[in-house]
Formats: sequence, C-alpha cells, structure tokens
Amino acid sequence: MAWFKKERKPRTSERVKLEIPADAWEKCDRCGHIDIRDRFLRAFNVCPNCGYHRRITAQDYIDVFVDEGSWHELDAHLRSTDPLGFENYRERVELAMKKAGPLEGVRTGYARLDGMPIDLGVMDFNFMGGSMGSVVGEKIARLTRRSVEKRVPLIIVSASGGARMQEGVLSLMQMAKTSVEIARLRDARIPFISILTNPTTGGVSASYAMQADVIVAEPGAVIGFAGPRVIKQTIGQDLPEGFQTSEFLLEHGMVDAVVPRSELRDTAAQLLRHMAGRKPAEAAD
Amino acid sequence: MATHTLDFERPLLELERQIEELKRVAGEGAVDVAKELQPLEQKLSELRVQIYRNLTPMQRVQVARHPKRPYALDYLRSVFSDFVELHGDRLFRDDPAIVGGWARLDGQTVMAIGHQKGRDTKENLRRNFGMAHPEGYRKALRLMKLAEKFHAPVVTLVDTPGAYPGIGAEERGQAEAIAHNLLEMAGLRTPILTAIIGEGGSGGALGVGLGDRVLMLENAVYSVISPEGCAAILWKDASQRERAAEALKITAQDLLQLGVIDEIVPEPPGGAHADPDATAETLGSALRRHLAQLGKLRIVKLLKRREEKYLSMGALSGK
Ligand SMILES: [Zn+2]
Repeated sequence: MAWFKKERKPRTSERVKLEIPADAWEKCDRCGHIDIRDRFLRAFNVCPNCGYHRRITAQDYIDVFVDEGSWHELDAHLRSTDPLGFENYRERVELAMKKAGPLEGVRTGYARLDGMPIDLGVMDFNFMGGSMGSVVGEKIARLTRRSVEKRVPLIIVSASGGARMQEGVLSLMQMAKTSVEIARLRDARIPFISILTNPTTGGVSASYAMQADVIVAEPGAVIGFAGPRVIKQTIGQDLPEGFQTSEFLLEHGMVDAVVPRSELRDTAAQLLRHMAGRKPAEAAD
Repeated sequence: MATHTLDFERPLLELERQIEELKRVAGEGAVDVAKELQPLEQKLSELRVQIYRNLTPMQRVQVARHPKRPYALDYLRSVFSDFVELHGDRLFRDDPAIVGGWARLDGQTVMAIGHQKGRDTKENLRRNFGMAHPEGYRKALRLMKLAEKFHAPVVTLVDTPGAYPGIGAEERGQAEAIAHNLLEMAGLRTPILTAIIGEGGSGGALGVGLGDRVLMLENAVYSVISPEGCAAILWKDASQRERAAEALKITAQDLLQLGVIDEIVPEPPGGAHADPDATAETLGSALRRHLAQLGKLRIVKLLKRREEKYLSMGALSGK
C-alpha cells in the first residue's frame, strides 16, 4: 500500500549500506534478475532490469490511481449466489474470498485523481482468475451508471480470464448488461478509459475492456479474445513470438498506447484533462 | 439417414428396419401387411416422441450439431422470401461464416443475419464451420446499421460453435469486434429479434444475439463454453462432457427458467432435421408474432425495455 508513496520521498542511501537480510531479496520471474525487494516495490513491482510487469493486487492499482485518502468503496456487499447449483462453486467462491478478500472479481469505488473526481473499477485476477460472473457484471454496470448520473469519468482496470463458467449463460449475459450501461455512458459523453493488464481475455475483452474511448495496455500483457492455449490447440501450430501481447495489439491498431505502470497515473490524468476539457496539469490550481 | 443416426436413436433404427422389411415383403408378394405395419409405425412414432422428450443436455448438443439440421440459409429460403444476400464488412473481406441481407417476413422487409455452417467438408472449410472472424461480426454490424437507417427490424439466427480462435482473428481484433457489436446493439434504434436455431456458442453467439426478444428452438443449446471445453478446464478430461453439459444449464428449458430467453420454439419429434418444413412453419409463426409485437412499440420504449431486460440478468445477494 505504501510502496509507491515512498518514491516521492528523497531516497536515502543509508539503508543500502546496511546488512540486507536474505529474505529481502527477490528474483524476476522472467529474466532471473535478483534485487532488493524494495527496489521491485519502488518500481511498482516492475523488474528494474527487464521491465517485466509482475501481477499486483487490486488494492495496489487503487493506490496507483487515487489521491491519498480519496477512495470510497462501492457495492462491497454484493455476493454471488449459485444460480445453476454448479458443483463445488460455493466452495470455490469461499476459497477465493479467503485468498483475495470478499470483494469478488472487481472492486469499484469513487475517488479523486489529481484532484479530479473519477469512478474506478479494478479487477482482481486473484479472485477466480478475474472471471466475470453476476457480481462483476453488476458492479461494473452500477459503477458505469454512477458515472452517467454524477457525470464523472470512468476508469476500469481489467484483468480477467473471461466469463465465469460456473454461472453459465448468466455470466455471458453480463457482457450484454455492462454494454447497455457503457452505451448510455457513451451517449452521455462521459470519458471512459480502459486499462488492460495481464491477462485480459474472453468475455471481459469482448465487452467493456474494449469499449472505452481510450484503451491503454500495460507492457507485455496478454490481451485477446481466445486464450493462447485454445488457439494453439485449434490451429495445431505454435504461435508467433509476441502474439497477443500489448505490443502486438498496438501494432495491429487495437490499443491506443502501451504505458508502463509507473506512468499509468499521469497518463490517465492527462487523458482525462483532455477529454473533460480541462487545462493542462501545470496550469491547474 | 443411417449414416447420421445419433447413438440414442438406435432403438428407432431397429423399428425402422422392421418396417422397411415389411414393406419390402409387401412389395414382392400380394401379402397385405397393413395390419402389422400400422402398430409398428405407431410404436415408432411414440418411441421417437418419448426419446426426444427425455433427451439429456449432451444429447441435445448432439441434435443441435446434427449435420442435417436446418441452417440459417435454409430458413432464409423457407421462412423468409425475397432474400438478397449482402456481402462484406467494407474493411477487410467477406466472412462466409456469417450471412445476411434484406429479406421479407410476411411481406415486411427485415434485415436477416445468421451464422452459417457448411453442409459438407468443402463448404465447411469455406464457412469455417460457422465460426466467424472479426470481419463476420463487422459485416453483421454494418447490416444492422443499414436496417436502422431504413427503419427495418433485424432478425438474427444464431448457430455457431463460437467465434473463431485463430491468429488472423486475434490480429484483426475478435474481442473488439464483438465488444463493438454489443455496444451498438444495446442502442440500435430498431427492433432486434434473435432466434437460437442450433448452437449458441458463447461470445460468438451473443455478438449477434443481443435481441429485444430471444427465442430458442427446443433442441438448440446456448452456453458460455462448450461442454468439452468446460470439462477440460474443470476436470482436465474432455470426456466428462455429459457432466459439464448437465452442470452448465444450456438447454432451452434451463435458459427459459433463468430468464435468458423469452420463448421455446418446439421442434417436431426427431428434431428439426427430421422435419425441416414443420420446423420452418413453427419458427416462422413465432418470428412473425414477436416481430408484430415489437413493431407496435415506440422506439424509446423499445430501447428502455431492451436495457431493462439485460440489466436484470444475473443472480446476486447482498444488494
Ligand atoms: Zn526481469
């Protein structure tokens, strides 16, 4: 929670000189680079060597975007029921709640970003792979409705493997539900920024994640409709290097920009000022 | 017929064989077999009704995927008239996995759009087994906007295993294409009437299926994932598809109860492929009835109801 705030304080070289305990070291999953945990944290959990963006929690993203102390959680009490009586579904949800917290596959709330009011939704991949069931669909829909009613810009950070199959076609219908609200948002001319993180696939990519005014992706994220495994299985051949990454989507015209995590906040603020007809950051206040 | 007999239809096959044998004997000699034939034929039809009334979800999947099942173009010829096919998305190419164009239903012009599977291997390669690429969804959207422009209702016939998962499809933005369709269909200022006629394969189905009314043929299925795919993910075993088909609640009856569809269109005993004319008749009258109802609504009310329909979907607690 506090890791990114540290960055704003001047760095002290004092600590580096101290004896570093063994458990303070961390290794990059991609390049194997070993560094002090603090340096990973300072860099927003991005590898200081290769730029690999590690998975961070929904709370971490909230901390990235919102002005300190401005976050107000919405719809925290919504829970999935088990409409199909799907075997082991209740147990899986309970397990996910223990692992990722009770707030389901997306957290929604209102806050401020550089002083500007925003509605923010952040998906949590740790909660059943960020799968979209009735709760995720409803929370996104309500947040979007709030944006229309309060005339507040909407930012959604996506991370999802797709629809939650344990809720069957009702999960699929969440794509329709969220689309209805996003269409109203569009008609009301409220800015909507979609941030795609690793991974964003399936029913989420085929609905609100791809319906925004501006779509921004974190470097190296896997983004697509079908997952790479399904595609590989279907076509029976290996996939090209870098297929379905953020950079691939940028090249093919499917996202507006690939933006490193450390710049997401400023980029979002800059975009909002443009779309809301505000003055540039320097001239503000 | 024998080549396409489904496993659960085998009891019918034996009776059919007996009936044919009797007819052959009758044809050879002057033996009057009417007395023996009549109860056999009655038994056959009763057995067929009984079998089809008790199909398991996976058996319905088999019927929905039956190679003789009527496809969109069949209905475009039988239910609709005066069909003019329109091709292409004006951006990349024509995707034969989705067909569409102007057509008439009871004299009224509509824009008819549907997934199209192939009848044989050659046609299936061309139509990609009814699995559309982004350009298919973009063609469908182009036609829907055309319908909106000329105040014609849209009728979509859904029959796809799913949107195609391939390299080109991803390069050209399969997710974006479907997402865009959903956004536009949510606010399309003309009635949208959807019928699931075979396989309703997840986002690939919904990409043309966000209708004011959604009808479903009795043996059609509609699912967020194929039973095989679900079984492979949950139990690492695609042969558990029966279990998955049961769990996913994919039949017309299930979906009516869940509030996802509005009406079940009955199929003749033996399924749509056993009597395509009768199926076309029933489907046609259902489509006409719903279209007439939707046509009476003012556009503001139509859109409000469409929004409310989809906003109410889902199962939650803890409001
Ligand atoms: Zn690294």
